[in-house]
Amino acid sequence: MTALLVENLTKRYRPDRPPAVEGLSFSLPRGATLGLLGGNGAGKTTTIAMLLGLLLPTSGRILALGHDMATDRFAALARMNFSSPYIALPHRISVRENLQVYGHLYNVRGLSARIARLAEELQLTEFLDRPAGELSAGQKTRVALAKALINTPELLLLDEPTASLDPDTADWVRTRLEAYREETGCAILLASHNMAEVERLCGHVLMLKQGRVVDQGAPARLVARYGREDLEQVFLDIARGTRAEGVA
Amino acid sequence: MSPLLAAAERVWGLCFRHLALYRRSPPRVIELMYWPILQMVVWGFVTAYLAGLQNNVASAAAGVLLGGVLLWEAALRSQMGFSLSFLEEIWSRNLGHLLVSPIRPAELVAALMAMSLIRTLVGVLPAMGLAFLLYAFNILAIGPVLVLFFAALIVMGWAVALGVTSMILRWGAGAEALAWSVLFGLTPFACVFYPVSVLPGWLQPVALLLPAAHVFEGMRAALIEGRTASGHLAAAWALNAAWIAGMAALFLAQLRAARLRGALLSIGE
Repeated sequence: MTALLVENLTKRYRPDRPPAVEGLSFSLPRGATLGLLGGNGAGKTTTIAMLLGLLLPTSGRILALGHDMATDRFAALARMNFSSPYIALPHRISVRENLQVYGHLYNVRGLSARIARLAEELQLTEFLDRPAGELSAGQKTRVALAKALINTPELLLLDEPTASLDPDTADWVRTRLEAYREETGCAILLASHNMAEVERLCGHVLMLKQGRVVDQGAPARLVARYGREDLEQVFLDIARGTRAEGVA
Repeated sequence: MSPLLAAAERVWGLCFRHLALYRRSPPRVIELMYWPILQMVVWGFVTAYLAGLQNNVASAAAGVLLGGVLLWEAALRSQMGFSLSFLEEIWSRNLGHLLVSPIRPAELVAALMAMSLIRTLVGVLPAMGLAFLLYAFNILAIGPVLVLFFAALIVMGWAVALGVTSMILRWGAGAEALAWSVLFGLTPFACVFYPVSVLPGWLQPVALLLPAAHVFEGMRAALIEGRTASGHLAAAWALNAAWIAGMAALFLAQLRAARLRGALLSIGE
């Protein structure tokens, strides 16, 4: 079944400027992870904002968990969640209070038990009652992940989930995400600049440049097709407009 | 869970976020009471001075002054309570998380109204109590109609706050100064301390478009003449209904426009 279906999505902020996203179409099956790659200004943030209903598309259609985001977005939002290091959680209240707030906003049943379970799984227990603003970057990322999982989402949108984390913590976060996807069949859309992360987590990637999909496929296939050693080199080829010899 | 209960839980979730903030920050609670009490103390001394000058007329005038101060504080605190709770989400960069959660715009507004009411009561009730203790001014002498006057001013504060948050959605955090200043600017037209008839003729219809002008006319009728000015009370509520409907429509339009422009992605920057 399809968790997310995007058809011909376009966003033009101003009529006299090129579109930030143009003609974007893709589908994300349940239980799969899709990577959204592109340099700065490629349209990743704009795309995610449209998928979340924070930004209205100029044209096109988004079906999230069977709900049209233009007409029925709250039904979808209740079953989705989102995490980004660029949108903070209130830092003067405690981690537990933050999770309680979002638990209520998402109408989570058995909230105390859910928070206790997430705290145990994500190793938050020892700082559950500390203000969120006093935590280290790694701890904040784990709290953001707990907030993103509070409603046991069926569709998870992650923007740079391991930005500014040390390799050990980043690896731990990826392992948790993989485990959650396996346990629940959640579909994940991941925007990241970390190519190793994308290669590990994503079964399919969309390469964006200037708002358009310029290539797509499974990471291993893209690497093979471009005749490169890893996805980072493919990314550089696309971003710089250079291609290895023999690539169509 | 019924849709109504689910909506109530979401409203409570947002209120809980602000209440948790106050629980952890006594200075914020003190700040809520600071200005209403300060205003009341200053005007209380003015009252005492006027009462000492001339017993009969000045005593009534002094009561009108203190009553005006206390009721106008209700409108000010109500407007600020709503606007600043909204701004708190921008300052803490949390608005994005809120707007991609299942909370509906009407529920967001309901939560801001609830927080505004709590902040107003915490701010104004101690000042009313102190006015009685320090200056023997009992605002309850206005009678049961006081509740309707008080509520009308709170609702007017919400209408103005919806306008302020609409401007913040339109112009970004650069418009946040309006949260502190806009209602002060309406004070001359609200006729808090003097009758509407004192204003120049051409300005009186403008003043009478404000629910507050009718509330204060009604308050003076109650304090000085001991009667309930039902006409002013009805006018205040009818105007409130019109203002709140208009400002709610403006808020929704600006929220949609912000979603169209992408302003919600950068509103706190």
